Amino acid sequence: MRFLLDDEQRAFAASLDAMLSAADTPSAVRAWAEGDRAPGSALWSRLAEAGVFALAVPEKYEGVGPLPVELVVAYVELGRHAVPGPVVETVAAAALLNGLGERGETGPAERLLPGLAAGGSVATLAMDGGYALDADAATVLLAMEGESLYRASGHGPVRASMDRARRLARPEAGGELLARGPQVVRAARDAVTWARLATAAQALGVGLALLDRTVAYVGQRTQFGVPVGSFQAVKHRLADAKIALEFARPLLFGAALSMTPADVAAAKVTAVEAAYATARTALQLHGAIGYTAECDLSLWLTKARALRTAWGTPAECRERVLAGLSGDRPRS
Amino acid sequence: MDLTPSPADEAFRAEARTWLGAHVPTVPLPSLETEEGFAAHRVWEAELAADRWSVVSWPAAYGGRDADLMHWLAFEEEYHAAGAPGRVGQNGISLLAPTLFDHGTAEQRARVLPPMATGEVVWAQAWSEPEAGSDLASLSSRAVRVAGGWRLNGQKTWSSRAAFADRAFGLFRSQPGLPKPHQGLTYLMFDLRAPGVTVRPIGRLDGKPAFAELFLDDVFVPDEDVIGEPGQGWRVAMSTAGNERGLTLRSPGRFLAAADRLVALWCDVGDRADRALRDRVANAVIGARAYQLFTYAGASRFLDGEGVGPESSMNKVFWSELDIALHETALDLLGEGGELADTAWSEGYVFSLAGPIYAGTNEIQRDIVAERLLGLPKGRR
Repeated sequence: MRFLLDDEQRAFAASLDAMLSAADTPSAVRAWAEGDRAPGSALWSRLAEAGVFALAVPEKYEGVGPLPVELVVAYVELGRHAVPGPVVETVAAAALLNGLGERGETGPAERLLPGLAAGGSVATLAMDGGYALDADAATVLLAMEGESLYRASGHGPVRASMDRARRLARPEAGGELLARGPQVVRAARDAVTWARLATAAQALGVGLALLDRTVAYVGQRTQFGVPVGSFQAVKHRLADAKIALEFARPLLFGAALSMTPADVAAAKVTAVEAAYATARTALQLHGAIGYTAECDLSLWLTKARALRTAWGTPAECRERVLAGLSGDRPRS
Repeated sequence: MDLTPSPADEAFRAEARTWLGAHVPTVPLPSLETEEGFAAHRVWEAELAADRWSVVSWPAAYGGRDADLMHWLAFEEEYHAAGAPGRVGQNGISLLAPTLFDHGTAEQRARVLPPMATGEVVWAQAWSEPEAGSDLASLSSRAVRVAGGWRLNGQKTWSSRAAFADRAFGLFRSQPGLPKPHQGLTYLMFDLRAPGVTVRPIGRLDGKPAFAELFLDDVFVPDEDVIGEPGQGWRVAMSTAGNERGLTLRSPGRFLAAADRLVALWCDVGDRADRALRDRVANAVIGARAYQLFTYAGASRFLDGEGVGPESSMNKVFWSELDIALHETALDLLGEGGELADTAWSEGYVFSLAGPIYAGTNEIQRDIVAERLLGLPKGRR
């Protein structure tokens, strides 16, 4: 038992961090929010080159996975840098297609997974009448309807999320039927597990970015002649944010190792609650400047809220955790 | 990144589980904060020690099993899952023993550790004073050099288990008037029944004499009971404080076992329509798991050669709040019956309320997290 990242995993995180730091991600996020996808697509290609979208795809479909731990490592960095686009949904789509392949329906997997792994195609996914994220940017738009999986041919009106870089639309009904039957439902459960894991990692990254920026800000901003970060009321809010985020981290890696739905749900609820609490603290300690769209903080503030309910609300996740524990204990 | 136990880990855990299954008392012992319970718990310590389960992480020479940190964690998980009694020797085992391993002499280890392992000598900590709590360095009890040893004068307070314990350890000012308060302190062990020591038990919230104040009037301590160099007590004590907040005081096993009991309680009596309460049960369960995995990560770093750093302050805040949340949730599940004083849940609840106060208040821990982990400037408290 050695519950620590190895050197290779740390180097992977560091290389993504360096690449994204150099890429002026905030500009790409703002362009994405305005519907200009060119900078975001360039970022997507570079992430694909780094292998990020191959992590959930097995080798037989030209991926390198499944590697959930490395996926968490990567998605923490995507969250820290507020990378726009359906990054979680592409992983969920890959898990769904691979899950179908494992259950004997290899056709869609063989056709679609190599493109997802290489980054040439961008996927998004809607479950049973829900929204698909960035459907207008996706080349593969999947829709689950009961026991059926369709590749939709279009989508309805695009609506802005509270996080302006997230754009939501419902797939048009019908389209190409990729698979039908109970195996689709089971594969969709795999997809939700992967989506929750990736969302949890992204949320942890969002929380870490909010904390880092706030710590830097309160170290510089002075009031009453001293840095505001020297006041105990400020320190204690940031200490609580740090503690919440650092206790979400091991749950996340523990979930990546087990990949049980209950462990992933526990990691998801904990990471999004920590990130959301950190967002509240970050805004409070920045004051009015943090409330402006021109301050980069806004890119993470609203994302923390959006991720809280994406791929399972906190209540749904908590219910999943308890279902895993109380299933064999019927009420006496 | 790996959570799979090795065959050796599994074998150790299985051996502990088998032993505990055969030895844990079927009827709970009386509270160790009573005279009768204290005596019963000493007997339990002796039983543990007879098969070398009382101090598994110590070297075999002192009654241990040379268990590494992962085995110790496994033992603790099994111990609490088995519902085994609280550890009356905990202050000595988790606070004084690590100090002796780091700073004591071979003679001190040989003399102090074996009877600590068997429960024959139970230790109390004597840190706090009426004017020195979180600001521990402001303590004023004195140690004055005399032939062959030291004379102690002053007052200590909030000394856990001192009402029934045999000996105590703490810091004393041996060189007054130095520029900084943490200079000129000496770390000493003394006998609670020595001439000049008066122990006044203090009732806890539940009335049990769980701690005491100590009045020291010209108490003689021989040179061999000084730990480390005279005047260097602060440095010696700080390694102990790190242990207290960090890994040794609150092992995850305790919270995992409590979370299991909480889920069982929720299954038995929980109102499934009460979503707020259900969410609190889930949060407590998740918190216990988070604490376990956080500890595994810390233990992995420790085995890689990193010491216990300021991360232990995050630990302290987390487990103390988790402990209260676990017990509060259970009391709310029990409804009216939660008020009764003689249940394991209500006793555990009262005990949990002390968590954020002792071992360095949580306010002090948050300052440490902010200043040493986040790099925020020191400033107004």
